Amino acid sequence: MGVRVQQAAFDPGLEVNAMHAANVGVGAVVAFVGYVRDFNDGREVAGMLLEHYPGMTEKALGKIVVDASERWPLLKVEVLHRIGALEPGEPIVFVGVASAHRQAAFDACNFIMDYLKTRAPFWKKENTAQGAHWVEGKQSDQDAAGRW
Amino acid sequence: MKVRVVYFARYREALGRDGEQLEGDFKVVDDVRQALLEQGGDYLLLAEQNLMCACNQDLCKLDEPVREGDEVAFFPPVTGG
Repeated sequence: MGVRVQQAAFDPGLEVNAMHAANVGVGAVVAFVGYVRDFNDGREVAGMLLEHYPGMTEKALGKIVVDASERWPLLKVEVLHRIGALEPGEPIVFVGVASAHRQAAFDACNFIMDYLKTRAPFWKKENTAQGAHWVEGKQSDQDAAGRW
Repeated sequence: MKVRVVYFARYREALGRDGEQLEGDFKVVDDVRQALLEQGGDYLLLAEQNLMCACNQDLCKLDEPVREGDEVAFFPPVTGG
């Protein structure tokens, strides 16, 4: 089980493979990778700055991972989230979940992303041709987290 | 009693600071928020309905008790992922 908050880029393929490495009890790996899009809410996005709350970020992500591990029989969970300046096409977040069977991995990965979106202290500031602005929280994300 | 208040993202920018010490007779997080609201100006941002808060780096509600030396954070809804 691991949580990483880092500025550096990561390789999603390497992260996925590491979910299975050296554990032949793993029958399923589900991974989510979030990327910076070049378009959001009708505006072209040139890049973004990801702010976070040092200390609380790691604590909040750790709690989400523990919560998921208590709900599903998981063999490994890795959450990696980037901070700082990011450009369109770059990966922002990786959530990998390994379990013996697929359903637990699918559900836990979905759960972790829904909770991360509403409980982990990250904020996106997008740069567009119209200037920089803070991304607003979405009700749909709150609703998604509420279903668990 | 003294608490450390910290701000993030849009609140941090609007207030022009990432945090400050605050002294007062606080029982819960909302008392800290009310003391700031009384200062008016940009602090009125903290009246936003969707404001989020944390005490000692754990998400909490406005009725969370505060103690001497606690770190109280106010921020807009999170948008990571």
